[in-house]
Amino acid sequence: MPFIPSTKTQTKYDVIVVGSGAAGGQTAYVLAAAGVKVLMLEAGRRYDPVSETPMFSTNHHAPLRGSPTPDKPFGFFDATVGGGWRVPGEPYVTKRPGSDAWVEASATDVGARQNFMWWRPRMLGGRTNHWGRFSFRMGEYDFKPRSRDGLGIDWPFDYKDLAPYYDKVERLIGVFGSNEGLENTPNSSPGVLLPPPKPRAYELLAKKVCAKIGIPVIPSHVAILSQQQDHQHIPKMLHPDSPAMQKALADNMQTRLACMWATHCVRGCAIKANYQSTTVHIPPALATGNLDIITDAMVREVSVDDTGRATGVYYVDKKTRADFHVKARVVVLAASGCESARILLNSKSAHFANGLANSSGKVGRYLMDTVGSGLGGQIPALENAPVHNEDGAMTMHMYMPWWKYKEQAAGKMDFPRGYHIEFGGGRGMPEAGTFFGMEGFTGGSYGKKMKEDLRRYYGSFVYFAGRGEMIPNDDSYCEIDAEKNDAWGIPVLRFHWKWSEHEERQAAHMQKTFAEIIESMGGRVTSPPQLDGKQAILPGGFIIHEVGTTCMGSDPKNSVLNQFCQAWDVKNLFVTDGGPFVSNADKNPTLTIMANAWRATDHLLEEMRKGNI
Amino acid sequence: MNPIPTNRLPRRQALKWMLAASATISMLDWRSFGAPAVPAKGYGLDANLLETYNPGDLWPLTLTEAQRRTATALCDVIIPADSKSPAASELHVVDFIDEWISAPYPEQQAHRGIILKGLDWMETESAKRFKKTFAELTGQEQHAICDAICFAPKAEPEFRTAANFFALFRNLTTGGFYTTPAGWKDIGYVGNVALQKFDGPPPEVLKHVGLM
Repeated sequence: MPFIPSTKTQTKYDVIVVGSGAAGGQTAYVLAAAGVKVLMLEAGRRYDPVSETPMFSTNHHAPLRGSPTPDKPFGFFDATVGGGWRVPGEPYVTKRPGSDAWVEASATDVGARQNFMWWRPRMLGGRTNHWGRFSFRMGEYDFKPRSRDGLGIDWPFDYKDLAPYYDKVERLIGVFGSNEGLENTPNSSPGVLLPPPKPRAYELLAKKVCAKIGIPVIPSHVAILSQQQDHQHIPKMLHPDSPAMQKALADNMQTRLACMWATHCVRGCAIKANYQSTTVHIPPALATGNLDIITDAMVREVSVDDTGRATGVYYVDKKTRADFHVKARVVVLAASGCESARILLNSKSAHFANGLANSSGKVGRYLMDTVGSGLGGQIPALENAPVHNEDGAMTMHMYMPWWKYKEQAAGKMDFPRGYHIEFGGGRGMPEAGTFFGMEGFTGGSYGKKMKEDLRRYYGSFVYFAGRGEMIPNDDSYCEIDAEKNDAWGIPVLRFHWKWSEHEERQAAHMQKTFAEIIESMGGRVTSPPQLDGKQAILPGGFIIHEVGTTCMGSDPKNSVLNQFCQAWDVKNLFVTDGGPFVSNADKNPTLTIMANAWRATDHLLEEMRKGNI
Repeated sequence: MNPIPTNRLPRRQALKWMLAASATISMLDWRSFGAPAVPAKGYGLDANLLETYNPGDLWPLTLTEAQRRTATALCDVIIPADSKSPAASELHVVDFIDEWISAPYPEQQAHRGIILKGLDWMETESAKRFKKTFAELTGQEQHAICDAICFAPKAEPEFRTAANFFALFRNLTTGGFYTTPAGWKDIGYVGNVALQKFDGPPPEVLKHVGLM
């Protein structure tokens, strides 16, 4: 079973998986490993990182020297295909500040000028091809936020329920990091993590000064192979009952090389040294012979029978514009939080007048992103440093986990939830904009003097970015726009968004903290810290951590899914992406999406075995 | 994906300043009346990332021969040759600037008028003060003009607009220069090479930063 056209599908599959990213990849991987026949539908084109990644390409030979444009907002070499802040022909609807009118999200006019931003690629593997690879576990507190401070929603299970799946996912995808035993910052089981790379000079400097102001700086957890995986033991640990899957996984692991400490992960990785669904989940799943994949397949609706059971999905084959229906015993939506909610809301029938699995009215509700705010600094101690290669894993080797749990518990903070700090800097590959605006430091020098000034300042800048927890609220959700359809005739989403004072105060605290760190490093901020939280906070969706919209819970009256991501209303329907999240801790969601998807899929398999679905 | 923090800081700062600058009437004038918009299309959402692109490959360039001469001379005033690296003209930085102002994207379109008007201003000023084209001026004469416009916050009011142009032109010149192999070498970027392992900073760096 391989990549197939719409005309070559089997009469019936065991499971249809909609989506091929972190959730779809993980779900299909676990199903295929168990011998279940799976059809994966992906709305974008087929994509192969091995042959398509611009490894070592330089800005010198890229359009506009690789600068960001509306076509490529993260720069020319970003792996994203077919989308970004917009997908042609597939609009979404937002509001602009100061206006109540609903307007299509603009192709070019993004940022603070619309209330919500939605990043969508259209490619096999989805956003896993370009993501930051930060892989932080949620901790015990993060699953029980309401029990701790009375706000938000508790998850219907505990950290200990997910911990074994975190171990499995980390072993499968490969994550470097260390176990530090810090509060609400869980250790992995011994032997699971790969060794972290050595810190860079600016990271060590930050660590030194942060020790004095009480902020921990520890090795980051990133889904990058700092060394090759143990292909002899890990496949046996992960798939003790399936020699076929052991072989498929071991074979794929041997094709994944260790990081070369060069060329940015945002481009993808031709040597498969980082995790992307297209190099880690999909190849071994295909090798089992249990997975068919159709690309350019835009799912619009889940079909149901007279008894209210899901029977399959309708999709548009984008290449021919023809409508298809495929059948399966079970349907899993893994299309990303908002897209899966959109499919459910568009699946209306006599049984389900408000959309499928929506008897609670909660589909689309509790949309969350991550609180983001950043500040830069210039550090004299880093000026004129001896020439050396600081590329490393490109992304951060060190980070700061949230460190004020005790103060919050004691009521000493004016916001309830935490944030971690990501930081960058150093001697990166020059971009067109690397020296834009340097007159603030050089006093407007040009000529030979400017050349000397830039040699001095290159590598002396640092940038701190806070990533904080948002609490779900009633004013942030998505729903179907009553008027607008996309190019495939599918009704589109519109987004309601509101940050609460919890998030705004947190963003202001981030700014204060970053300024303190920069000053402790002997540096100066490059713009004044923004102490008005409303101004400091980035727009909703901007951090691309949107979760929620198909919340799980223990009561069918106020949740869409049970704790195994199974729809209360339709027992052979699952949602395994970020949609089931009921909180969005300051731990970037991808790792948790995968661990949760694996747990849910184990339950799905058990239900199939028992004949319940 | 969580946009990754890198050393983009100067760029962010620059954008802020550009926005502030654009609020002035004269800057708006230069934007609005500088040149007709470019009709070309961008490279789209699925460009081939493995190809080598050169200015002019994707959209037609703009500068006339005369404008190129002015721009080339100004590039070299901003980045002349020294013992470490060549002048901007040797690295064809003007081609990058031409590609930039010809690109069909909003930021670049906003810069287009500023650059074209600014190049006109450089010639007008050269003719007024020295009765020569900017490229024909002596180094001293070129500096006499550039010193008045090289730092917008301290420029005399009548030079403020030209100073905003100069700031943008200098930004683009550094962008075209330091993204080349010779530019890397100049500032000491030695990455983008495959390594067996990442060793972290060598001892002389740790000493320099005060970490040992």
